[in-house]
Amino acid sequence: MASETAMAAENYEAVIGLEVHAHLATQSKLFCGCANSFGAGPNENVCPVCMAMPGVLPVLNRDAVELAIRMGLAAHCAIARESIFARKSYFYPDLPKGYQISMYERPLCVGGYVEIEANGERRRIRLVRIHMEEDAGKNIHEDGTSLVDFNRSGVPLVEIVSEPDIRSAAEAAAYLRELRALLRYTGASEARMEEGNLRCDVNVSVRPRGVEQFGTKTEIKNLNSIRFVEKAIAHEVARQIDILEAGGRIMQETHLWDPVREETRPMRSKEFANDYRYFPEPDLPPLRVTPEWIESIRVALPELPAARRERYVNALGLSRYEAAILTEEREVGDYFESVAAGLRNAKTAANWVMTEVLRVVNETGKPLAHAVPSARETGALLAMVEDGAISLNAAKTAFMAMCQSGKPAATIVRELGLAQVSDEAAIAEACDQIIETHLRKVGEYRAGRDKLFGFFVGAVMKAMGGRANPRLVNEILKRKLDQ
Amino acid sequence: MAAQRIDLETVRHVARLARLRLSSEEETRMQEDLSAVLAYVDKLNQLPTDDLEPTAQVGEAGTPLREDRITNQPETEALLANAPDRQGGFFRVPRIID
Repeated sequence: MASETAMAAENYEAVIGLEVHAHLATQSKLFCGCANSFGAGPNENVCPVCMAMPGVLPVLNRDAVELAIRMGLAAHCAIARESIFARKSYFYPDLPKGYQISMYERPLCVGGYVEIEANGERRRIRLVRIHMEEDAGKNIHEDGTSLVDFNRSGVPLVEIVSEPDIRSAAEAAAYLRELRALLRYTGASEARMEEGNLRCDVNVSVRPRGVEQFGTKTEIKNLNSIRFVEKAIAHEVARQIDILEAGGRIMQETHLWDPVREETRPMRSKEFANDYRYFPEPDLPPLRVTPEWIESIRVALPELPAARRERYVNALGLSRYEAAILTEEREVGDYFESVAAGLRNAKTAANWVMTEVLRVVNETGKPLAHAVPSARETGALLAMVEDGAISLNAAKTAFMAMCQSGKPAATIVRELGLAQVSDEAAIAEACDQIIETHLRKVGEYRAGRDKLFGFFVGAVMKAMGGRANPRLVNEILKRKLDQ
Repeated sequence: MAAQRIDLETVRHVARLARLRLSSEEETRMQEDLSAVLAYVDKLNQLPTDDLEPTAQVGEAGTPLREDRITNQPETEALLANAPDRQGGFFRVPRIID
């Protein structure tokens, strides 16, 4: 049965498009001076504008426009000189005006693409558009009643709409990770899915391989982690293939992801869904953006993840995998580069950041800057490894102590007595002692039992408390035994 | 070009979208009114506009932009004052089923 399904799956191709909403990292809301902040008490960040009292007018937040343009430029979009806000009309208790101010026919950012790496392959996922819009409030459902909080009402969003270029759950995850990296590198958004400031709706269809025409698609909502996006897509693709294999038809409907049961299920279909009667927002004249403004935003953009990855691979000699991990978060890349700056080999820094640093960050759950020693101290520690002053294992011990105590690398190495003995005379003396106490084995070794060499190295290391420089022990022992 | 008369089904559809409950008399009246509006739009459609940019707004300036500053103080009580029902700082509404 399982193999039958797998074989059926081989004959189909998934066609996936994502709609991603990201909160813009402004101080205030999109059209009023209320705080754009997470975690305030209910209806604390509200005013007559974002609660749609009669007679109010929206005034657009300049920084929100700038952040949206930054993201648009980072994703290679064309920035429209003139874009138009529109009203998207529907009724829901969290939407006080009865319409959402969004962009429809004339969005701010058009086209563009995001470069992803999945399954060892680099691909471009094209974008349809990035437009600005306001968020709705939030409903909390209790027994027999619903509670409404408008703190989120009017919070600025960008909606990033991809072309249906994505072909697997893994590619969707890679695309989301790249979008998240772009949003964070540009400072457009904190892009934290768990706080709801990055949300994702997925459109999924399947078609027999080789067929040009798209199949009927379903939409999946309620996805608030990249892991859920991957699972939901995998589940939905399999569900659609099963239906088609059984001779059925896919219904165009909206599904909700149930993270507990790990399955998608159809939402109660809304009779009038998607009849939003868009029309130009009469309260807002067109948004005009000068080429000078766009250019000033472009020149202020930081190096973006794709460019950074290329540089890590081509100039620093890292693998694509290493480059991908190190560039996902801007501060991780910055930290890696500072550590690598003081070392002969960037690989040493890369390995260390990927294993030790990211492990501590993950284990403590703290931001990088608070979880680990400064890049300068970590660099100093690794320089000692490069110079042979301490072993790699000793460096690991020292690093943990540095994380806990905050003391400098040199102090920790001294306090814990981790310095490696590179004193040739001391090592030679230890070698002589071992040779004298094991004369019979020395004879066997010289008669041809090469394997015994490891025994001598071990014995010398043990005699020196494990702190002798292994390279020197090897050299000196070899010289003495072979003479 | 003859103006197309709007049918009753469409009137009911639009009324539902707007959450309006119309009596049959009102439906008939709306049908007349909406048909008249559409007839006027049809008349406008006769004008040659092929060479014109779609104009949703007049005026050259473009929308004004404001600085990104928090200028509002929390006024939860004042803003909840007219709420038909509340629970703590929340508005309370009939349970939303979905």
